[in-house]
This record gives sequence, structure tokens and C-alpha cells, in this order.
Amino acid sequence: MEKENQNLVCYPLIKAHLYFAVLCSFIVVVAGLTYSMQFIDLYPFPRIEWLSPGRVRMIHTQAIAYAWLANIFFAVLLYMLPKLTQKPILSEKFGWFCFYVYNTLILLTVVMILGGFAQAVEWGETPVLLDPFIAVAAVCWIVNVVGGCIWRGRDQQFYVSVWYFLAALIWLPLVYVMGNFLPQYVFAGTGGATIVSMYIHDLVGLFVTPIGIGMVYYLLPILLKKPLYSHALSLIGFWGLAFFYPMNSAHHFLWSPIPMWTQYASVVASVGMHVVVYTVVFNIFATMASDWKKVVDSIPLRFIFMGALFYLITCIQCAIHVTLSVQEYVHFTDWVVGHAHLVLFGTFSFWAFAFIYHFLPKITGNELFSNTLAEWHFWLSVVGMVLMDVVLICAGLIQGTMWKDLAPFIDTVIASKPYWWIRTLCGCMLLVAEVCFFINVLMTYLKGKKINQPASNEVMA
Amino acid sequence: MKNLEKFSTLFLVAGLFSFLLAFLLLGVWPAMMTEKMEKRPLPSEVPADFTTYYKTVEDYHNALREGRDIYIKEACWHCHSQFVRPVGNESIRYGLVSVPGEYQNELSLPQLFGTRRVGPDLSREAGKRPNDWHFAHFYNPKLVEPESVMPQYSWYFDESTNPPTPKKSGIALVAYIQSLGAWTLGVKNSYYDLNEVTMPPSPTGE
Repeated sequence: MEKENQNLVCYPLIKAHLYFAVLCSFIVVVAGLTYSMQFIDLYPFPRIEWLSPGRVRMIHTQAIAYAWLANIFFAVLLYMLPKLTQKPILSEKFGWFCFYVYNTLILLTVVMILGGFAQAVEWGETPVLLDPFIAVAAVCWIVNVVGGCIWRGRDQQFYVSVWYFLAALIWLPLVYVMGNFLPQYVFAGTGGATIVSMYIHDLVGLFVTPIGIGMVYYLLPILLKKPLYSHALSLIGFWGLAFFYPMNSAHHFLWSPIPMWTQYASVVASVGMHVVVYTVVFNIFATMASDWKKVVDSIPLRFIFMGALFYLITCIQCAIHVTLSVQEYVHFTDWVVGHAHLVLFGTFSFWAFAFIYHFLPKITGNELFSNTLAEWHFWLSVVGMVLMDVVLICAGLIQGTMWKDLAPFIDTVIASKPYWWIRTLCGCMLLVAEVCFFINVLMTYLKGKKINQPASNEVMA
Repeated sequence: MKNLEKFSTLFLVAGLFSFLLAFLLLGVWPAMMTEKMEKRPLPSEVPADFTTYYKTVEDYHNALREGRDIYIKEACWHCHSQFVRPVGNESIRYGLVSVPGEYQNELSLPQLFGTRRVGPDLSREAGKRPNDWHFAHFYNPKLVEPESVMPQYSWYFDESTNPPTPKKSGIALVAYIQSLGAWTLGVKNSYYDLNEVTMPPSPTGE
């Protein structure tokens, strides 16, 4: 038992995923900021083919999903699953193999998108040539983890995080194969759009969301040293997500030629999601309510709190704009762009930051290099994120109403420009925040103060 | 309740069943409905505006495919949608409201609906502006629209000449853009016409 505990968690592999993820998060912000400058006539690389804004935008969205979030989630799973089930992954060597193969494919994706080999699937611009390899690499990685930790420990009763992780790892390959192959080779036009809308939503809803929520359910009791508020709520949240989320699909193409009954069904399912979201958010806040002071004092807890708050806001926003009548105005506008940032940066990246701040001292054996830098990272991210969302909501409403009022199209562009300026400034704030974060991680690794006591071997109850 | 937390329940019901249910019900089923519609062939002749560039209809079809590939690799579809909605006065601004059947063609695989309009919808762009406007606009959008935020696509032009002339790829791109919604030209923009254009005759002959 003692020996198994030592080999339970494979720290070097987790470190590799984590550091690579941090590096990628930097690229995400830089690419996003660069792209936003096109909107205010300040694009730094005009007339250069491989740095064309359209291609840089694809780097921005691909990197946040497949480079930053996927890598940090791999690190999360490699750490949390063995801890939760007390079983190690199948093979450490195979884990390293998957790490190198997956991330080589990610780098190739960047090169090939810039080189002009992108695929026409939103969030799936990975070149057609690489899609099968990425799918295989992901499946290998999943077999290594699920086969090792979950399958070997299947007789036990699982903690809520494991439900989410297991489900997400089953969904990911299904979603990926569906979205990247069917619209490319099988269904043209409207049929393809039906599948693509399902893919766009499922990637966030069935991969990013469950792993993010599972991660928070793991971190909260450890950071607060209190049990989760309600087991029943987490059950409702999980099963609601499993049944409602996959049906949300067509709400990305409302009023499109997709059969109307599909659109109605997806709107109903999207509204149904709210029950689910509120149980999760309530569970998080109710657990925190046992010790608010600790939440204020601790950086990881604060990131989780803000992430949950953004999650709540973004879902209320969704409840409003998913209806057909509001879609008439906000679809195709910056409103949706703001919504997407709130989900992937405001919520899930914030939760990932929480994990990193909690976990970094454990893997480096050093104390966090600077609390001041962490504070700057937190506040600049929060202010930048809130401001960006407010500005994009305003711009979206202006664009939507001007379009409906039949203003000349270029007038709506001119009207949006002041907002796009503020959006870029918010991007600058997020970049500064990211630099603080990056320096902090790097310096903790290089020259943080050694923690006096060896890292405690906490084990989840 | 304990059963809900078991490996087999989680794997089969939450993992596989819930996904496949939604996938078949709200993905494959509606997709099959449109997939059954009649396939539309590419245009049977070269449009008058492009006869100077393309001698045969095969050349023109290849140009359309090349233009579509450029549209994908430059991610034009991130800022331009390709469907007109029946709301928001869009049929006045752009033209005929989109119908499922019109996308049943080779150039819509993969689909290019788009989810954002930084620029206007392009599904009814055919014939709205002359080719020369498009060449100037692709070379530098600000030449024809000073406030435009569209990037310059100067690498589709030969800049050694004065003025710059479009390369083969640049002409293909414009050919593709000018083909978007060409079938609606001459179709009256009304709801009833829309039914006539797209719906197969009903079996009862009504």
C-alpha cells in the first residue's frame, strides 16, 4: 500500500502538461489581442499572408480549447483521478508518449493553419489531415487514464468529480469524431450545420464543462477543509448536464434553414440547462458560505468564486439570448463573442488558474514566488473580463438593432469601433495579467522559497 | 440512488446513451431530412462576366472549388455568414430568405453558414457589385470602403504590374463570391416564390 501510494501520481508528467498549458495560455492571449487590433486599424502585420488576421483568429480559438484548456485538464485528471480512486494510470511511459504526440500535433496544427490548411468547422479548424491523428492520440490518452484509474477501481462508489471526469472522457472522442468528420465528408450545407452546431456546443458542454466542474468539486473541500454542501444537488447537476447539454445543439443556428422543430427542441433543452447550472452554482456558493473569510484570503478560492460568478452570469445571459425573439437581435453580433469569452476565459480558465495556484507549490516544492503578482493577475483578469463582456454586450445590442433598422452596413461598423477600442484595451489588461501569471509560475519554478515541511499527502475522503 | 454512481451506469447511461440519443434525434435525423433533398449541380455555363477568364465550364467549376478553398483557408466564414434569416428585415437587406435545399451542392461540403457578421452576409452576393469592385476590395478594402475593417488580401494579386492584377487564385475567389446566391437572380423575393423554388411538388398534386 505504501509503495502504491508513492507511485500513485506521476508528477513529472503532470508538470509537463501544466507548464506547456501555461505557455499556451500566453499564446492564446497574444493571438486574441493581435486579432482584435484588426478591428481598430492597428493590425501589426498587414499584407503578410501567413499572419493574416483570419488565420490568427483560428490560432486564438484553437489554442484556448486544444492547447491551453486540454493540457491543463490533462494535468488535472492525471493528478485528481489517481487520488480519487487510489489507482495509478496504466503506464507512465505511455502517458509521456501521448504527451509528446498530442502536443506535436498541436504545434503542427498551428503551423498548418498559418500555412493555409484550416478546416471549416468552428472550434475544429484543425487541418483535415491531422484530425484522425488527434482523435487517436486523445483516445490513447483516455484509455491510459480511464483504464488505469477508473476501470481498475470500478467496484468502489465514486466521488462526484469522477462522474464528471468519466463522462467527459467518454464524450470527448465521440464529439470530436462527430464534429470533424461528418460535416466534412457526409452532410453538406444545412445537414452539416446541424452537426457543426452540435459540435460547437458539445465541445464546451461535454468536455470543458464537466472537467471544469469536476475539478471545482475536488478543489473546494480541500481548500475549505469542509465537505461539499449537498450530494443530492451534485447528482441533479450531473444527470441534468448529461441529458440536457447534448440536446442544446441547434441553438447556435436559430432562424437558419435547419428544420424548425430541431431549433425549438434545442431552445427548450437550453432553458432546461438552467436547472442544472443553478444547482452547480448553488452547491459551490453554499459550500463557500461555510467560510467566506477564507474565500477572500485565498487566491485559488477567489478564482473559483469569480469563475462561478461568471458561470452564473454567462448562463443567465444564455437564458436570455437563446430564445428565438432575442436571437433576432443578438445573433451574429458581438454579444455572442462576449458570451464565449465569459465561458472559456471567465469561467473555465479562472478555475484552471485556481488549480495551478493551489497545485504549483506541491509540484515544485516551493512557495508561490509572489502573492503581489498573483493579486495583480487576479484583479486585472477580473476587471478586464467584466469590462470586455459589458462592452461586447453593448456593441452587440447596437449592431443588432442597427441591422434590423436597415442602417447601411458600414454605419454599424463605424458605430462599433469605439467599443472595439475598449475591447482591445481590455485585451491589453488581460495580457498584462497573463504576463504576471507567467512570471509567477516561472519564478516559482526557478527560485521560489523552499517549503519547510514536505508537501503533505492529503487524500480525499 | 447508489446505482446512479456506479461505473456501469455512468459509462453506459450518462456517457453513451445520453450522447447518442441527442446525436441521433437532433443531429442525424434533421441532417438526413435535408440530405434527402435533390442535389443541385454547379452552374451549367460560365457567367458572362467570367467568359474572359474561363473558356470551358470545367475551368469555371474548378475555379469555384479553388475559390471555396481560399474562402475556407482565410477563414472568411468567421466574419461573413452565408444564410439569410426570415427575421430582422434581412430579406430586405440581403435578399431571398435561405432555404435548406439551396445548400445541397458540392460547394457546401463542408457547410459555411458562419456565426458572426463583422461584415455583411454573402449568400446573396452574386451580381450585387461588379467584378472590378471585388478585385479592388480584396486588394485593399479601404480603397472602396474607407471605414472597412476587412484585412487586405494582397497576396492574391500580382503587384509587379501597375495597377496590381489579380492572380489566378484571386480571380477564382471572386468567381466563387459572385456565384453565391446566383440562383436567386431573377427569382421574385416573396414567400410564395420561395415555396415554389424549393419544395418538390406535393404527391397529391395540390
